[in-house]
Amino acid sequence: MSRSLSFPGQMLALVAVSTVLLLALPLVLEIDRILQLTLVFAFSILALSLAFVWGYAGIFSFGQAAFFGIGGYAYAATAINLGDSTPAIVAGVLVPTLFAALFGYFVFYARLSKIFVAVITLVMTLILYKFMGQTAKPDYMIGNARLGGYNGIPAVPPINVPGQPHLFAGPDEMFYIAGFSLLAVYLLLRWSLRTRFGKILVGMRENEKRMELLGFDTRLYKLLAFVVAAAVAGFGGVVFTNWNAFIDPHVFQLAFSAQPIIWVMIGGLGTLAGPILGTFILSTLSLELGVQKALDINLLLGAIFTFFVLLVPQGIIPTIRNYLEGRRTAGGDSSEGATGARG
Amino acid sequence: MVIAGIQILNTVAGLALISLGLAIIFGMMRVMNFAHGELLMLGAYSVQLAHSNGLNIWISMFVVAPLFVGLVGIVMERLVVRHLYGRMMDTLLATWGISLFITGLITMTFGNMTRGISTPLGSFEIGGIRESAYKFLIIGVTVALFAAIYFILRRTRIGMIARATMDNPSQVAALGVNPGYVYTATFAVGAALSGLAGAVLAPLTGVLPTMGAAYIGKAFITVICGGEAILAGTATAAFLFGTINQVTTIALNPEFGEVALLIGALLMLRLLPEGLSSLFKRKAL
Repeated sequence: MSRSLSFPGQMLALVAVSTVLLLALPLVLEIDRILQLTLVFAFSILALSLAFVWGYAGIFSFGQAAFFGIGGYAYAATAINLGDSTPAIVAGVLVPTLFAALFGYFVFYARLSKIFVAVITLVMTLILYKFMGQTAKPDYMIGNARLGGYNGIPAVPPINVPGQPHLFAGPDEMFYIAGFSLLAVYLLLRWSLRTRFGKILVGMRENEKRMELLGFDTRLYKLLAFVVAAAVAGFGGVVFTNWNAFIDPHVFQLAFSAQPIIWVMIGGLGTLAGPILGTFILSTLSLELGVQKALDINLLLGAIFTFFVLLVPQGIIPTIRNYLEGRRTAGGDSSEGATGARG
Repeated sequence: MVIAGIQILNTVAGLALISLGLAIIFGMMRVMNFAHGELLMLGAYSVQLAHSNGLNIWISMFVVAPLFVGLVGIVMERLVVRHLYGRMMDTLLATWGISLFITGLITMTFGNMTRGISTPLGSFEIGGIRESAYKFLIIGVTVALFAAIYFILRRTRIGMIARATMDNPSQVAALGVNPGYVYTATFAVGAALSGLAGAVLAPLTGVLPTMGAAYIGKAFITVICGGEAILAGTATAAFLFGTINQVTTIALNPEFGEVALLIGALLMLRLLPEGLSSLFKRKAL
């Protein structure tokens, strides 16, 4: 049982199993499944960014999809201008990070309440959607890259071997890159939550006032958590843009921004594995339903989501874990509750 | 100059109108209704459907739309919102699930296309410039609604009961009023006002399942920057942001209108985190 392993042991086991799986899957799966999984990996990175900032730092951000999109746009613009993907990946992480730092400064240093943070990040996303949609005129250029309004930026160069643009990733390589990126992001976040920084974030989620009285500048830590999450989301956007070879404003759309929230909520707030599970289940469902037209996907997602908020507010993974632990200790309560996260 | 003034006034009125229902629900009940945009959208669909089936446009707009959306509000409150009072974040999430659900339902029923309603009233001239008379109707309706809500909350028994319930529900219950009904009624009134707003604006915007998204950004900014005082705060915020939006649109170009609005809101909240209401005396409405 993995429970008896130490943390490094668990992580090593996870890396071993995932590596074997990632290497083996392209050998057995059809190409369309490989492409679909690559997309799900990119989405999972987005879900992890929200799982971190919402589930652990207690900040409900509607803007993760926006940072995802900004990362994608930054990657696309840089890659088109320079023809090499390496600086473009850096830009794809750096631009959303800086944007989040600036935006977050105003939001967190004004000490806005949780609900106002939710609203203002939503508004940011909506306005980005509208603004990027209106950039169809040829004067909206970043170097050689036309923003292209609602049509987006087409023909984005894929990831290549550093310094050698002619050696670029095909579908299988992209699958490996996306898969190992997801694994790396997961390990990084797991590790960061074990550091002092991570513990401060969880403390702040549980009782912000107390942390402040203990001398922690909660404004700064909230801003840092927000910025880290934006960097992760931006990186997810880089992977997504690679998958698509294309980026357009639909990533800023309300329906798209909605998705990470549903994945995290349903998988389990206050966990990292839950949101990945949620992403796998729901984005696969969305892709399958997208093909047929009988049932509108928003209708279904909205119904599932409202149902979970009302009846299973903890999400799948914590509910299962509580159930198992409840059986083992016969009624003993779990100390690792996730319900405090939403406040 | 006159034309710019009218445009600004019209933007301000539109902003105040789409925010009023949200402001009442948030200000009175501390519920951030993320399905607000969909209530506006349902209002627009009500007037479009009623009118295209032969009903008089004014009756469709001022009677059918608010009644129907008010009913939707009652259903929402009874089925979902009432279980989550006091948990602001959960009400936000649940109403937002409802918003997706309603968008999906309307898309499935009516298809993802824009339907139009012709703008009633003609146009008339001031100083050689033609303006649509409908713009003045919007300004008039907004002023009338704000005045009516102010009067009801301040001067009538119903308004007093509503304010008292929000202040201290157990005291009100001890005096023989069921607070549950008051909550439902308040939510329904907020929803009905949103429906009316959506209906009044429908001839200008067209009717589309996803039209709510175009409104909610502005409505949310207006309400959170307005702060505690439901009417005065919302009106001031609408005035401020309507002016910023319209002046930027005229001076630079329309793309930057809403960006300026967001930047304005961020700067303002940095200076006045409690919203514009902190400029007024406490207990202002």
